[in-house]
Amino acid sequence: MTVDRRGFFKLAGLGALGLAGARSLPVLGNPLPSPSPPESGPPSGVRWGMVVDLRACLHDEGCQDCILACDHAHNIPQLPDRKHEVKWIWKDPYEEVFPMQAHEYLEDALRGHPALAFCNHCNNPPCVRVCPTKATFRREDGLVMMDWHRCIGCRYCIAACPYGSRSFNWVDPRPYIEKIDPEFPTRTRGVVEKCNFCDERLARNEQPACVAACRNGAMTFGNLADPTSTVRLLLKSRYSIRRKPALGTHPEVFYLV
Amino acid sequence: MFEKALSGNRGYWGWIFFLLAVIGVGFVCYLKQLTTGLGITGMSRDVSWGLYIAQFTFLVGVAASAVMVVLPYYLHNTKVFGRITILGEFLAIAAVTMCLTFIIVDLGQPGRAFNIILHPTPHSILFWDMVVLSGYLLLNVVITHVTLDAERTGEAPPKWIKPVIILSIPWAISIHTVTAFIYSGLAARPFWMTAILAPRFLASAFSSGPALLILFCLILMRFTRFDPGWEAIQKMALIVTYAMLANIFFILMEVFTTFYSDIPEHLAHFKYLYWGLDGHHELVPFMWASAILAVFSALVLVNPKLRMQRSWLRWACLAVVASVWLEKGLGMVVTGFVPSPLGGVTQYLPTLREVLITLGIYALGALMITGFYHIALAVRGELRSASPS
Repeated sequence: MTVDRRGFFKLAGLGALGLAGARSLPVLGNPLPSPSPPESGPPSGVRWGMVVDLRACLHDEGCQDCILACDHAHNIPQLPDRKHEVKWIWKDPYEEVFPMQAHEYLEDALRGHPALAFCNHCNNPPCVRVCPTKATFRREDGLVMMDWHRCIGCRYCIAACPYGSRSFNWVDPRPYIEKIDPEFPTRTRGVVEKCNFCDERLARNEQPACVAACRNGAMTFGNLADPTSTVRLLLKSRYSIRRKPALGTHPEVFYLV
Repeated sequence: MFEKALSGNRGYWGWIFFLLAVIGVGFVCYLKQLTTGLGITGMSRDVSWGLYIAQFTFLVGVAASAVMVVLPYYLHNTKVFGRITILGEFLAIAAVTMCLTFIIVDLGQPGRAFNIILHPTPHSILFWDMVVLSGYLLLNVVITHVTLDAERTGEAPPKWIKPVIILSIPWAISIHTVTAFIYSGLAARPFWMTAILAPRFLASAFSSGPALLILFCLILMRFTRFDPGWEAIQKMALIVTYAMLANIFFILMEVFTTFYSDIPEHLAHFKYLYWGLDGHHELVPFMWASAILAVFSALVLVNPKLRMQRSWLRWACLAVVASVWLEKGLGMVVTGFVPSPLGGVTQYLPTLREVLITLGIYALGALMITGFYHIALAVRGELRSASPS
């Protein structure tokens, strides 16, 4: 953790040279260094990413397994007021998750049907760029993380996220958590939170909770830096899209259509 | 010098106690927010900035507008502004203080506010906004203190203050530019992501700020012996005129680009503002009121005959302030969030507590302005109540 943070500060120092400098941080678009196996390589050899198979997910439209697994794993409160909702992973109609990739003649299988949405762990994350305290930061392995003890609750990151992936704790969340899991921290009121790609499970060499919970094989998690990883093989063999690609955020979550 | 704020007539004290009461009510509401969270406001997951940040944005403009009296006086030797530069600077101090208070009140974890300084982050515009706003506050505190003290003792102000005053001119421009950058640099919010936002902010600031100053001058002329001179007021009115015309022009630029290019996600925000979206029309009457007031004020101000009449000028200035407040202090911030990045329309209505906290902060600003102007006029012996001793 500390090493990752230090690396982040180095990047932040580069950012000090100016916003233009920050835009051309090394990781973007460059050919990746020689591939190394996921578990042995240094952080630079690991770039976590996710592939979501929309059709496999649609097999079981009412399925909430991934969402429930995430809610339990991360002590996510179930707030009665929709305005105060906290969500890390959720389902919204395809047209809302992909507003630029929908049209009036869209096939029936997708139109109005739910698509999974969660943090894209962007390669060029606008939330990290705007955070005034570095409470949200990007690790070298691609995870966009949050320090809930540093967040001042200014909500600039919420304004900057083009995917609506961030939630704010408008009230104390603890009374609304069904069953608190002592393994994972609860949050206090007044801080922002979002999907963390289950960094606590990755550290134990486990798949993210949503991936592990999926019965339909709709979610695949892996190392994008490794050309032999399942995620890379999936992307190589099938047509994939990303959310709002024109904004240059470079999401590390891909959708197979 | 501050002891001068403590002597005044009954009207003065009545006003002070009224403001203190409003501040007290706001403070009690804030304590509730502090202990239970920002959930007591009308803000939501989708509309995550509301009244507080909008007031902050509007008031940065008021603070920056002091430059419109300081610049002509110090750079163009416009002598008639000699009596009002200090009013502009005091207005700036009160406005920046309100801005910072609105930011603190909007934080989910205000106790951690100093993290912005403990972990300076140059790639965040909010960091730079903190730097320029606190710098501007400091500049104006030093400038007003030194110049007013020189007036009191009847000596020429020290030479070093001149470069400090000159520095405050670009600094004023910077505070509103940086504040615009908070919004205009976000690819996620098409409504804000427009290069003309900073120029628009400056134009609306340079119209509403001096208009507010004219209104303050008219009020002071009524209740005290203060007289800035009709020429000074007319000069300010001219500044308001040009700035308001520029403001309207910039808004029309925005309207053209949005409607002619016809990009749906840009258009949606404007539809929400002026026609309503998905059955939500809460801002529509306010935005049309803002537009009508803007046109009305422009028509009055452009006409020299009307502009030179005190009663017309008063109404025009009120219209300018109201128009800019509706557009910046109400519509601009909320509309950036509606529709949301996923297309959802969430209604935002400030709660009573949120409004009372907002009013409390405005009362704090009014209290500062009252006290400062009282001191300034007492130093100059222009208070009507001041008895010869």
